[in-house]
Amino acid sequence: MTDAAERQADERLRDLPEDGSGRPMVEIRGLRKRFGQFEALRSVDLTIRRGTVFGFIGPNGAGKTTTMAILATLILPDEGVVRVDGIDVTEHPAEVRRRIGYMPDFFGVYDRFRTTEYLHFYGASCGVPKAERDAIIPQLLELVNLTDKKDAYVDTLSRGMKQRLCLARCLVHNPDLLILDEPASGLDPRARIEMREIIKELKAMGKTILISSHILPELAEMVDEIGVIEQGRVIAQGSVAEIQRRLHAGRILELRLAERAGDAAALLEGEPLVGRVIREGELVRFQFAGGDEEQAELLVRLVGLGFRPVAFGEAQTNLEDVFLEMTRGSGVEA
Amino acid sequence: MNGPSAPKRMPPEFGAKLINPVLGKEFTLRMRTPRSMWALLFYLAAIGVLAFGLLFIFRLDYGLGMSVFEPERSRMLFLFISVAQLGLIAFMTPGLTAGVISGERERQTLNLLLVTQQSSTGIILSKLVSSLAFMTLLVISTLPVFSIVFLYGGISPGQVATVFAFYLFTMLAFGSFGVLFSTLMRRTMLSVIASYGLTLILYGGTAFLYVVLGLMVERLTAGQLNPPAYYGWTGFLMGLNPAAALVSIFVPDLSDQVFRIGMAGRQIGAPIRLWQEYFIVYTVLAVIAILLSIRHIRPVPRRKGNQPKI
Repeated sequence: MTDAAERQADERLRDLPEDGSGRPMVEIRGLRKRFGQFEALRSVDLTIRRGTVFGFIGPNGAGKTTTMAILATLILPDEGVVRVDGIDVTEHPAEVRRRIGYMPDFFGVYDRFRTTEYLHFYGASCGVPKAERDAIIPQLLELVNLTDKKDAYVDTLSRGMKQRLCLARCLVHNPDLLILDEPASGLDPRARIEMREIIKELKAMGKTILISSHILPELAEMVDEIGVIEQGRVIAQGSVAEIQRRLHAGRILELRLAERAGDAAALLEGEPLVGRVIREGELVRFQFAGGDEEQAELLVRLVGLGFRPVAFGEAQTNLEDVFLEMTRGSGVEA
Repeated sequence: MNGPSAPKRMPPEFGAKLINPVLGKEFTLRMRTPRSMWALLFYLAAIGVLAFGLLFIFRLDYGLGMSVFEPERSRMLFLFISVAQLGLIAFMTPGLTAGVISGERERQTLNLLLVTQQSSTGIILSKLVSSLAFMTLLVISTLPVFSIVFLYGGISPGQVATVFAFYLFTMLAFGSFGVLFSTLMRRTMLSVIASYGLTLILYGGTAFLYVVLGLMVERLTAGQLNPPAYYGWTGFLMGLNPAAALVSIFVPDLSDQVFRIGMAGRQIGAPIRLWQEYFIVYTVLAVIAILLSIRHIRPVPRRKGNQPKI
């Protein structure tokens, strides 16, 4: 081992997290990125443990794609340290590329390739020898359910199939870390379910997966940790349960009225236990800090004031809605 | 540098060294589109019409029914066809190279390529070589047309080979400019416009400037009893002009003429042959263009030192 390598190894050891889970697959510290006047990333800190599935969530333009592109060595950070498997993305981009499979939110395919040729091309580009490619490509096509399309031209595939082909593409060199930027965007429900099943399988194969997605609620069962990003800052990171606890410091109630929803919303805003209130038509959704007792009292009072509730109870919101509502305008002093 | 789970690095198989995956992909995909066939057809049609047109014009000069062996005329014909083909190449090169990188960017396939193990050099050179290969195919397919001049004599196969070598060099140089624009500019449209603009300047602009500046220099020296005994610097402009450089290979006088000041200027010879200047200048420019393309296809790291260590 050379001196430099030794020093680097020491540095990595020092950086090991105290919980003893080994070297994290992804470490991001103090990451900043500016595009002209626009501050895309103000302060991003993330740690993704090896073998976990990490959900990256935030509204459009929050900085998810930029962060992922930096991890994929496509954009250089202005400030901060970004490491994949302990390797700095700025200093050794080629080594990082060897370890990652990247699927951007928008991608193109070469239409005039056949499915198998397409995978061979990327495999060869990633330095996978022909013999290994011959062995792995049928398996990959099997994994993404495209075996019967192995000789089809790429331009004859449906959008969902292309998406799955792209996923197979980023697996062709057997990377440790998968960076999937909105892998289910633009897919119909059926294709989304298929994509989810594949990701489950990949998780079972021990891959570390960083995934940003609109279907995070659907993925909640398989996502081990979540990072919430807004306006270029990571405002929360932790296990799903942890984040949920934190966000559900109160509960989110839904009140559907036959009429006068506006009046009800105005009234609720003045209530001491009520936090943020959102009205959508005759539906009023609000944060409520009280317990069952207080919730019952609130209903009685509303009825007493002449409101006619059609439904009243805890909101069946999905995880993402909760995040987006909770993070909107909070935690950021821009 | 290899971590515990880094994929094994295998020795690349034979052949992968010769044709890298990007080059293989370019070759395969280019030949799978009918566009290439049409390009070939139109190119041959254009050069055919030009050649036969010129042939017709030159034959008229001979007079009807006359068949005299006149190598000088036949050489003229050859020169005309050669310059005509150079014009077609000038027209075609930007079209074939100005979209190679920006096109991938617009089709959203560039990032997928950039996250592979392919080096920036490999990607740029493969793109350039594949475009050049197609242009070479077009040019070589015109050989039968060129061979017509052999019927009239006066031209050696070596001269034809020289012209083709000149074409190859010109395609390489202008092709690298196209690739550079394609790398630096986000949109293919802008890159194509810039490439054609540069081509126009180097073909037409240099000749125009040479004429205008030549006249101005001539005016300055007019009236002097002894014409200046130095060559005119405006001649260097013509060395940048591909057509002039090509002609100067076959008409050695040309270099001397363009460096002469005024019509009455004393002939003291050219400091450099036009084609020599052309070769030197364009080699340097092409190398610079290729190096810049390689540097800019991926984000350029800034100087180190401002990054906090964790």
